[in-house]
Amino acid sequence: MDFAFITEHEMVQKTVRDFAEKEIRPVIGEYDREHKYPHFLLPKMAELGVMGICIPVRYGGAGMDYISLGIVSEALEWADASVRETIAVHLALNAMTVFQWGTEEQKQRLLAPLATGAKVGCFGLTESGAGSDVAALKATARKDGDDYILDGEKMWITLADVADYLLVFAKTDPAKKHRGITAFMLERGMAGLSTGAIEDKMGVWASNTGWIAMNAVRVPARNRIGEEGEGFKVAMSALDNARYTVAAGASGGIRAVMEASLRYSQERETFGKKIAEHQLVQQMLAKMALNYDIATLLWQRVGWLKNQGVRNTRETSQAKWFATEAAWEAASDAVQIHGAYGFSAEYGVERYLRNAKGAAIYEGTTQIHQLLQATYALGWRRDKPLRCELPAYDPEYWQE
Amino acid sequence: MKYLVCVKQAPDTAELPKVKAEEAASGELSIQLVVNPWDEHALESAIQSSEDYGGSVGVITVGGEKAIDALRSGLAMGCAEATLIEDTEADAWGVATLLAAAIEQMGDVDLVFTGQLTVDGNSGMVPIALARKLGWPVLTGVAKIIEVTDDSIVVERVVGEARLTVKTQAPAVLSVIKEIGEPRYPTFIKIRKAARVKIPTLTASDLGVDAPAPVVQMDNYRKPPARDAHVQLFDNASDLVDALLAEKVL
Ligand SMILES: Cc1cc2nc3c(=O)[nH]c(=O)nc-3n(C[C@H](O)[C@H](O)[C@H](O)COP(=O)(O)OP(=O)(O)OC[C@H]3O[C@@H](n4cnc5c(N)ncnc54)[C@H](O)[C@@H]3O)c2cc1C
Repeated sequence: MDFAFITEHEMVQKTVRDFAEKEIRPVIGEYDREHKYPHFLLPKMAELGVMGICIPVRYGGAGMDYISLGIVSEALEWADASVRETIAVHLALNAMTVFQWGTEEQKQRLLAPLATGAKVGCFGLTESGAGSDVAALKATARKDGDDYILDGEKMWITLADVADYLLVFAKTDPAKKHRGITAFMLERGMAGLSTGAIEDKMGVWASNTGWIAMNAVRVPARNRIGEEGEGFKVAMSALDNARYTVAAGASGGIRAVMEASLRYSQERETFGKKIAEHQLVQQMLAKMALNYDIATLLWQRVGWLKNQGVRNTRETSQAKWFATEAAWEAASDAVQIHGAYGFSAEYGVERYLRNAKGAAIYEGTTQIHQLLQATYALGWRRDKPLRCELPAYDPEYWQE
Repeated sequence: MKYLVCVKQAPDTAELPKVKAEEAASGELSIQLVVNPWDEHALESAIQSSEDYGGSVGVITVGGEKAIDALRSGLAMGCAEATLIEDTEADAWGVATLLAAAIEQMGDVDLVFTGQLTVDGNSGMVPIALARKLGWPVLTGVAKIIEVTDDSIVVERVVGEARLTVKTQAPAVLSVIKEIGEPRYPTFIKIRKAARVKIPTLTASDLGVDAPAPVVQMDNYRKPPARDAHVQLFDNASDLVDALLAEKVL
């Protein structure tokens, strides 16, 4: 067993942590306060190779492995969850889904511009009446010659207003419930497609969260991702990829509030000593340090499994559940350690607390992950092989 | 045009306060090492010049095995080749001796770029000693590259408060200041290649020189006295401005 990063992981980590510190940290608080999406970061992240980091070079990516995707997610959320969300949605939910399920023609046509960052992707599964209960979704897709006609709405969609390519899920056969769902790539500009933003959120103010409305949108069959009726599996496998980035991201959130708490607790004095010398404060610091390590080990195990091409739904769900709840607790304790200054926007730790709640809701609520883990533990659930698995990382193929 | 950038793996300045005097004396630092920040600017300006005027950039360092990380950073930023000269004993004059021997052996280097200083040694000696060894002109305090031709370079130098536009023939040695340009981020594609490349290692004997004995002897290391920080309140703004001027803050 080897827990050490290889040289390229170390170099990626240094680069993206530098980037987060110099390009994102200094400005993101202001974007958050003003509820603005930091569009300027997209070309910069594209230039580094973040937008397609784990996609093979032949499809426009940077040709790195899945552990690198985790490293990038961790570093970005250290600066702000909204930036990591961009990668979760654009890369893990959209681009990687085309990579896993798309035809060669789709990889050339749709994946390559996503991986270079020339196009931005989003993922529309949730509807106002269907969140955890995916099979309850109501959007429909009706075959019409070589096209499908899509009707319905999507709600709570990250990057709804930003994305060029919108991967949405609709029922081609409503009678079949989750077996009747199919995935389609919509392109901005298609007639009948509109999007808008959701205001007044609790957190991720620097993210764009919105709705998608489809009013008889005509989508060519060549934009169908996977087979008819395969959409549920497509969506769940996409979530295996994105939950991994959420887990790694949450550990970056823990690191950020832990650093702030370690600093502040060694400056602030009460009762004649630094608050870091009070054991009750130490308890909170110790918990952050422990949970950071657990969260890190859990996401790194998933990255390793992905590199090996081993199915990781169970491990990913554990990593996501643990890390997002630990990030919420760490952020809450960080606010506590900062006292009234934690409650003000000045020190920024309250932003991490507001953001952390979202991550315990999206990509499977904590309760959904608890249910999943129980069914695995009880032996009631076994993952069957998919028609298209996420390919194991093969440096030669990735870099040709 | 062939550029060569001399870099050094140096302590991260954010971690310098943690270094103990004994550690500094032994040379075995247990803190994070990074590319000397000034050298990152040298890398940037050489790579940018090669993009603007053509040519290729190499990167070289004198140091131990850990110094390879500095070379990989240079490759990831855009250098085409890297060389490690293995030596952990040399002082500034020794480093210059080894670098000069390597440059002579390469035979095709036109412009050598270095940072103005290293954050650990702080002497700024290496570029000057190197130019002396090679018998090439040296331009220090370079803030801007104005033009590169096949056999010359025009730069802007900062000397005190003056700015000079200077032309020199190549080959030459340049030491740059931070104003020359922010170092670029390495791209992941280049990182991947840089991480895997096998970097050639040379020793003094490979270069046909004797391992240079240090001419400078360090007898005593101690920490500078802690700065006396205090709070001062002023009755009016003009007194405050006078005080800031006196302290050369403004
Ligand atoms: C910031 C943000 C960004 C998002 N981005 C996207 C996106 O890009 N794309 C997208 O498709 N969606 C996105 N979502 C939607 C998100 O995936 C859903 O909100 C999530 O799946 C939960 O669905 P819901 O909100 O409808 O809650 P519900 O499913 O209604 O759940 C309400 C509560 O009931 C609990 N619950 C539900 N079912 C059970 C059960 N069987 N047993 C026990 N408890 C249960 C839940 O845990 C929760 O506590 C985003 C949400 C947020 C907040």
